[in-house]
Amino acid sequence: MPTFVRTDKCDGCKGQDKTACMYICPHDLMKLDKDGSETGHAMKSYNQEPEQCWECYSCVKICPQNAIEARHYADVVPLGGSVQPLRGSDSIMWTIKFRNGTMKRFRFPIRTTPEGSIEPYAGKAEANMAKISENGFFNHMEQNGYRAGNPDELICK
Amino acid sequence: MAGEFGNPEVIEENVDVLLIGGGMACCGAGYEIMRWADAAKKETGIDLKIKLVDKAAMDRSGAVAQGLSAINTYIGTEQDPADYARMVSNDLMGITRDDLAYDLGRHVDESVHLFEEWGLPIWKTDENGERHDGSKGLTSLKDGGKPVRSGKWQIMINGESYKWIVAEAAKKALGMDRIQERVFIVKLVNDKNDKSKIAGAVGFSTRDHKVYVYRAKAILLAAGGCVNIFRPRSVGEGTGRAWYPVWNSGSTYSMAAEAGAELTMMENRFVPTRFKDGYGPVGAWFLLFKAKASNAYGENYLAKNAEMLNQYPPYGQAAVPASCLRNHVMLKEMKEGRGPIYMDTVTALANLRETLTPREVKHLEAEAWEDFLDMCVGQCGIWVGENIEPEKKNSELMPTEPYLLGSHSGCCGIWTSGPTDVGAPTSETEAGVPDHLPKGWNWGYRGMTTVNGLFTAGDGVGASGHKFSSGSHAEGRMAAKSMVKYCLDNKDWTPELDASVEDLVAEIYQPVKTYLEFKDYTTAIDVNPNYITPKMLQFRLQKIMDEYVAGVATYYNTNDKMLEVAGEKLDMLKEDAMKMRAKDLHELLRAWENYHRILTAEAHMKHIQFREESRYPGFYYRTDKNFVDEENWKCFVNSIYDKDSKQWTCFKRAHVDLVDKSKLFK
Repeated sequence: MPTFVRTDKCDGCKGQDKTACMYICPHDLMKLDKDGSETGHAMKSYNQEPEQCWECYSCVKICPQNAIEARHYADVVPLGGSVQPLRGSDSIMWTIKFRNGTMKRFRFPIRTTPEGSIEPYAGKAEANMAKISENGFFNHMEQNGYRAGNPDELICK
Repeated sequence: MAGEFGNPEVIEENVDVLLIGGGMACCGAGYEIMRWADAAKKETGIDLKIKLVDKAAMDRSGAVAQGLSAINTYIGTEQDPADYARMVSNDLMGITRDDLAYDLGRHVDESVHLFEEWGLPIWKTDENGERHDGSKGLTSLKDGGKPVRSGKWQIMINGESYKWIVAEAAKKALGMDRIQERVFIVKLVNDKNDKSKIAGAVGFSTRDHKVYVYRAKAILLAAGGCVNIFRPRSVGEGTGRAWYPVWNSGSTYSMAAEAGAELTMMENRFVPTRFKDGYGPVGAWFLLFKAKASNAYGENYLAKNAEMLNQYPPYGQAAVPASCLRNHVMLKEMKEGRGPIYMDTVTALANLRETLTPREVKHLEAEAWEDFLDMCVGQCGIWVGENIEPEKKNSELMPTEPYLLGSHSGCCGIWTSGPTDVGAPTSETEAGVPDHLPKGWNWGYRGMTTVNGLFTAGDGVGASGHKFSSGSHAEGRMAAKSMVKYCLDNKDWTPELDASVEDLVAEIYQPVKTYLEFKDYTTAIDVNPNYITPKMLQFRLQKIMDEYVAGVATYYNTNDKMLEVAGEKLDMLKEDAMKMRAKDLHELLRAWENYHRILTAEAHMKHIQFREESRYPGFYYRTDKNFVDEENWKCFVNSIYDKDSKQWTCFKRAHVDLVDKSKLFK
């Protein structure tokens, strides 16, 4: 299901040098056609290598204009279905349309804290250099997650 | 000087620690390292310079870019790290490093609990046994909350933003000044005065005409596994729908090999059985929804062919037989003409509905869809296109093309220094290990490869496996600590590159130079006798691997003669890789990815050739040695590569159990 960009919705991220989809694509697929020489649509982005698209939907989810959708891999999938998300700050809404017209909608949580709110070291001890060669991380057992294990299990020790 | 196409600006930077990659492992390293660097500065006054370089954007890079529906490694309070090491070993047919698996097992939950603190929603089971999604505010895992187990080791999450969350913590910890995105590191550089040390790495921007030259004392190489070295089952638009992320191009293995690092178990591969074409996950269907797989005639082939598992003692006789053997019994059905193979979703959901309220049934349907939507939207694309509703129509299962990785159900990778307190060997009993390599399983710094200063994590660490997302994060954190120590121990040493910057830049940009030199020789730029496009080179690699090195074309069969032919063809392909063209920076990215793929593929082929048995029935068969030979081959196969002669040397290393495996069979 390579992604495609709708000409009626894409605004090239308002003439910035780099679009949101170019920024996010893990495989360097999205490209802004600045002068329209590659697609006939100036200042709009496009998927430059659709056969390399993993359908990860990163571009679909990040597009501020909801201009990006996916059309199922034409060499594999019958036409007519669509799977389209709307990603908010704490949940994602999926609208699913089958080839036969059946519709389904789902909403799932995506995070329990506000985006950008992580304070990585807040309330955590500093690292203790005396322990740099020991097991455990800088915040050893602060998360109650270190599993010391039963020493009898180690048969060569 | 601003660069231009074919004449890039050169940016040189000297750092202490370089992190290559932006996936789970490097995010873990970035988070852990800053705390130790701060402490080191306070205590010693040494201000370590740290940089992370990612070829993509950290918010959506690496194998977790799309999200995940489960965390596959969570030990919990009810299991021992030794249980985990046992499971990893059996799934990988007995040849894994217990020291590495055990160490990961005792550390991994520390990372999982942090993910929840940062905002990752983790499903919970309440006191009545009912499941709830992770947004309901039930007690956290850290404080004793009960996860929803979809298997002995897996817990369910609402993981669409898993990577986004983990990256946010890493980015905040490092600060954006220490992060360089959209730069693809393509080559490591050894030290001029001591080749056993790493001294730096070079790469290029995929956005600007710039080449980056880093000098570093310590490098964490964690750039994922390898996808698309075999011809995939879908070869049109569907080529991109690889099971593992298509951008994992073997950079970890190939760059390490060229730097002289010892690789291990490169003969291992993973051939996941997944929903056909979309490659959607099957774990939740098997384990959470209790679905059964059957052949086209409704027979449960796992039960029917159970006797086949006894042919591979003891690995087939554990409660959960090795993954490859489960493929093995399925392939019998396919080869004897009883396909397609189906996942019986209809019966599974009908059975579950019998005991559920209508509210719970609705929740169940959402869970089934979320399993795909969180991590494999493409499978939903197949379902909607083919009008498949899982409660009404069963879905086909299919074994995929082979993948090389060290973090999932695979164990190829780099030979890595382990912990010192679990009884690991300190000597080597197999003859033939080159003298310059370490003898035991640990040599000073946890996570270090056999090249001093070069560390790895995640898919990079070989002979372990089953670390998945959480374990890769934890492994990155372990390596980060060691790298700080390494830098402090080597504080007076200054790395010097063993090649001139000019030569390195010329090498990186050679595909561009080739293009500019010859592009006007023909009218159509893609057909030119002076160069090969990265795309065609990849097709050639995939054809060779598929037809001669046990791809899907031969039902994963190869033999000594086929491997010989593959060797000849790969030699010429490697020569032709020097003639790749790049018409723009995007194609330069593809050119170097494919160069990395070729070396990784070659390592895979050489290791299969060296190991004279079929260790992983169901993943590959050497039809000339179609048996598991415990007496002669229950050992690691390791290798080193000489970048000057371009030759591989394979050798054995002895395998030792550090935990008692017989407990699996009681």
